Amino acid sequence: MNYLHQVFHHLRKDLRLEWRSRDSINGMLFFSLLVVVVFSIAFDPTGNPTITREISGGILWIALLFASVTTLNQSWTREVRNSVLDAQRMLPAPASALFLGKALSNLLFVTAVEVVLAPLFIVFYNLHALGQGWLLLAIMPLGTWALVVNGTFFAALGLRTKNRELLLPLLLFPISVPALLAMVNATTDVLTAEVDPIQPYFWIKLLAAYDIVFTTVCLLLFETILNAE
Amino acid sequence: MWFAVTLVVLAVGFRQAIFLVPTEATMGNVQRIFYYHLPSAILGMVFPYINCVASLAFLYWRRRDPWKALGADALAVASAEMTVVFVTIGLLTGSLWAKPAWGIWWAWDARTTTYLVLWLLFVSYLIARRFSGANDQGHTLAAVISIFAAIDVPISFMSIRWWRTQHPSPVFGGDGSLDASFYPAVWWNLAGWALWGFLVMGLRYALERRRQRVQEEAALEAIEASMETTQ
Repeated sequence: MNYLHQVFHHLRKDLRLEWRSRDSINGMLFFSLLVVVVFSIAFDPTGNPTITREISGGILWIALLFASVTTLNQSWTREVRNSVLDAQRMLPAPASALFLGKALSNLLFVTAVEVVLAPLFIVFYNLHALGQGWLLLAIMPLGTWALVVNGTFFAALGLRTKNRELLLPLLLFPISVPALLAMVNATTDVLTAEVDPIQPYFWIKLLAAYDIVFTTVCLLLFETILNAE
Repeated sequence: MWFAVTLVVLAVGFRQAIFLVPTEATMGNVQRIFYYHLPSAILGMVFPYINCVASLAFLYWRRRDPWKALGADALAVASAEMTVVFVTIGLLTGSLWAKPAWGIWWAWDARTTTYLVLWLLFVSYLIARRFSGANDQGHTLAAVISIFAAIDVPISFMSIRWWRTQHPSPVFGGDGSLDASFYPAVWWNLAGWALWGFLVMGLRYALERRRQRVQEEAALEAIEASMETTQ
């Protein structure tokens, strides 16, 4: 109970910071909108609905991946200003509570972007799910958490290195390959309904397993990287 | 001594692979690249384990025995660099073989894709080391990345296998079978390249150790110099 309380405090602090500036969400939102527009210029989505349905799952996740990379670095740099991070390290609360609060707030930000982006996507790409559309309600949060949990961890890891803006995607993309594969395939399966309806469940299970494994690893190792000097 | 043995074994392996072993029935001489592809591919999957164990050892010794921890870190760098070398050779030879055998350079099948992910992970590990500097912080971050990579590879393997499969089945302990007349070339080359890999890793380890010693001595001298000036 105590631990949850600490996580909640960190989360509330991050939400309040974001509420006062609204930098991350606005930046992410506009960035992912631009990615969607650029892709629709490149592929002409209304001309061929079948192809559009096949590639739009991938485009959606690429847009979200790039957008979250832009904001994940910021979520830690605002802690470095005025040595807030050093103060956090002296807290008696466990370091993993700080991490969990940060990751949850990032999850909320990216989810907010998804909520705005989804209707736009449907309009721009002329989409409607041929499979079980409600499965997306499971795929989206699981996929977002997979990106955000590792992304928050690697952003913290790269915080004190040179070229930290570059380091995050270099580390995050290779590690996320299995998760990306699962979320893109699950989304495409739901949108096209060309495969056995059991197939998306397979990917969702894989995504859930990935989330559980990497959340555990991040929580265990966060204290090591926070205190690496 | 080790160097001489390595050279002899590699020479025997070369002779076996190119001149002695019978030509494969369907693929002809192209198949001979397999004697170089298989050792690199197998060794490229051995060195990551060394890297992972060394990284865990580093994290364990970091606070308890700093000098041993530095040794573990030197081993981790050496094995990571050897991983990249062997995986690169494995990917290139595999691609050269795939062009005549499958008709394309790169097929995105399960095994090659996993292997590419392995390559990407270790290249990003080495880049991250470069970015984070040769100090305790950099070593710790690198060890953490290595643990992430070690966890990621099996998950990628499973997920990509569900995705697609085109690679020939594993030669040993799989459905793919290899006629006994091909064995000498396989074993000699595997042994030769393993000896070579450990030789280079040992040299790299010794080099890194020496660099660490120089760094420690320089730091010690700097401390002594600063103490003298304050007196």
